[in-house]
Amino acid sequence: MASVCFMITMALYFVATVSFLTYLLRRSDALSKVSLWVTAAGFAFHTIALVARMATASSPATPSFYEALSFFSWMMILVFLVVEFRHRIHVLGSFMVPLALVSLVSAAALPETVPTLKPVFKTLWVHVTLSMLGTVGFAVAFVAGVMYLIQDRLLKSKRFNVLYSKLPALDFLDHLNQQSIILGFPLLTLGIVTGAISAEFDRGSYVSWNPEQTGALITWLFYFFVLLGRLTVGWRAKRAAYLTVVGFACVILTLVGVVLKSHGALS
Amino acid sequence: MHVIVVGLSHKTAPVEVREKLAVPESRLGEALGRLCSYSGVKEGVLLSTCNRVEVYSVVEDVEEGYARIQEFLADTHLSLSSEQLTPHLYWHTGDRAIAHLFRVAASLDSMIIGESQILGQLKNAFEVALAHKTTGVIMNKVVKKAISVAKRVRTETKISEMAVSVSYAAVELAKKIFSNLDEKTVLLVGAGEMAKLAARHLIAQGVHQVRITTRTPQHAIDLAEQFGGMPVPFDQFKDEMAAADIVLVSTGAAHYLIGAEDVQRAVDKRGNRPMFLIDISVPRNIDPAVRHVDNAFLFDIDDLKQRVEQNRAERLQEAEKAERMVVEEVGATLEWMKALEVTPTIVALRSRVDEIKQVEVEKVMSRLAHLSQQDRELVEGMASSIVNKLIHRTMVTLKAEVNSSNGPAFVEAARRFFHLDQSSTHSSEEEDRESRLRYLSPDPVESAHEEPEASVRKRAG
Repeated sequence: MASVCFMITMALYFVATVSFLTYLLRRSDALSKVSLWVTAAGFAFHTIALVARMATASSPATPSFYEALSFFSWMMILVFLVVEFRHRIHVLGSFMVPLALVSLVSAAALPETVPTLKPVFKTLWVHVTLSMLGTVGFAVAFVAGVMYLIQDRLLKSKRFNVLYSKLPALDFLDHLNQQSIILGFPLLTLGIVTGAISAEFDRGSYVSWNPEQTGALITWLFYFFVLLGRLTVGWRAKRAAYLTVVGFACVILTLVGVVLKSHGALS
Repeated sequence: MHVIVVGLSHKTAPVEVREKLAVPESRLGEALGRLCSYSGVKEGVLLSTCNRVEVYSVVEDVEEGYARIQEFLADTHLSLSSEQLTPHLYWHTGDRAIAHLFRVAASLDSMIIGESQILGQLKNAFEVALAHKTTGVIMNKVVKKAISVAKRVRTETKISEMAVSVSYAAVELAKKIFSNLDEKTVLLVGAGEMAKLAARHLIAQGVHQVRITTRTPQHAIDLAEQFGGMPVPFDQFKDEMAAADIVLVSTGAAHYLIGAEDVQRAVDKRGNRPMFLIDISVPRNIDPAVRHVDNAFLFDIDDLKQRVEQNRAERLQEAEKAERMVVEEVGATLEWMKALEVTPTIVALRSRVDEIKQVEVEKVMSRLAHLSQQDRELVEGMASSIVNKLIHRTMVTLKAEVNSSNGPAFVEAARRFFHLDQSSTHSSEEEDRESRLRYLSPDPVESAHEEPEASVRKRAG
């Protein structure tokens, strides 16, 4: 059941991605509605797949990578649907739905059983969930940043093309960027703290400076300064957009590091 | 009964002719009365704006109607003869007349395609005609339909969405930088006409504060009063720039007033909050090097003009969509008009009552199985005679009123009383009733949706 729903979800997200990307290039708004409905349908199947999997999972304490990525993708779509519902900015879908699809496809590429960490601590799912929620925040900030940079470039070069007409106002994107980081940062912080506690139980030390932990700390520090800079010395607008795009690259690298490490741990 | 239109517009007549024919609002009623006093003219609406003078009318005979209305138009101005008018006039009847009205209402025939004033002007003309009772069933339906077509075109196409004036293009650009203009401050440097117009648009969009500076201090004070803004001494305006989200510059200065370093300083002071600068002056007053300053967006008059050109082209594309809608709606209206003819109504009425009678007779017969054949015929005969007597007067009246001016009203009434229209026509009638209600109580929300351009521009008609 879960895997059938999962396949349907993937197919629907794929269709939505194609449709949203086509929408981006067409002058007409007609496609946005179709894309939105397909996304919503995919989201419904995705929810069923997640619930079904949770019900049957052998060890709910330790989510696998597959589950974590699937959850990430689900959250991305949820955030998109909420923002879309409140602000009617269809073009957000052209950026967020493809990202959700990519993470879902990489989830599918992983063996379903690769665990995020060795199941040493009963509440490890708290660490994984919080870190993932933090990551979703940074992913949304990344999307807002990319859109900001595109719109900034279009305005500066005075190219009033289809993309220009579809992208929202700069200050909306900057605001979205800021809100996502303000929400994502504390979640990541909690994720790191819970991770450190579980590591202490596991190995007797909070930090062991493995690539995963180092990456996470670098990411944390980076976003700490991004947030601090925004609140104190005016790192907003274009600079904030650049920083969040770079920051998300850090996050991706950390995740890849964790996956590699887990693979190593398995073999 | 035929719907016709006779008139002239900016496309067929120079302003010298149009201004002579134009009927001021105060004299519209009298003119309508004169129009409907011509024999054969049953209904009339007179649309008179600075770009067109048109008479929409329902007449008994098309050629006769054309002649009467041309006579009417020539009579509106003493120095015009019917012959002088002829080369400027157009005449349409039937579907072409209705299509013309729909196109006019939807602003497809306007000088600036997609402008919203014409719809208001048409509503007004219709209101006056209603008040003077010069419209009947047909004209009411057709004009109301035209208004609803125009609304449909405006909501379903982007024909009036895009700015087609330089000053409004500035507002459109501002909205790509600031999603909400409510809390924004505008600094107006100099008082060129176009800049003032752009400032008015921005105020209409709800900007929070306007600051004004001009070389002559008194001028700034006067303007501040006009705009409900705040005057700023000219030698201090660069310090004020950091507080302004939007800077509108148009002075007569022959050199750059604002350099890149001024803007950079302002942006730094603003903590990198974006800044929108518009330079409408020629020669330019803002150093184009400002484009290298991050988070400052500078547009000059050519950029705005480029935007307007693009929008014009886009409006034309949208107009094609609108034309297709018009064709569709004309078809639907013609069908309605056809239904107003007497013969099909009588046929429909006949078959409707026969159907009812048949159903009822069968119902009763199934329960009276014991009756003899003779009794059955008796019962059926009674049913037929009741039905026939009931509709007899209706039939006679319909036939008698075929050629009277009330004919369509009777037909319409009969169709409604006896439920002769399909459910689809029915719903459109309901929609119609609704639109009439809306029409009776002018909707304040709707006028708030009007393109701000229209509210700022002087009423051109």
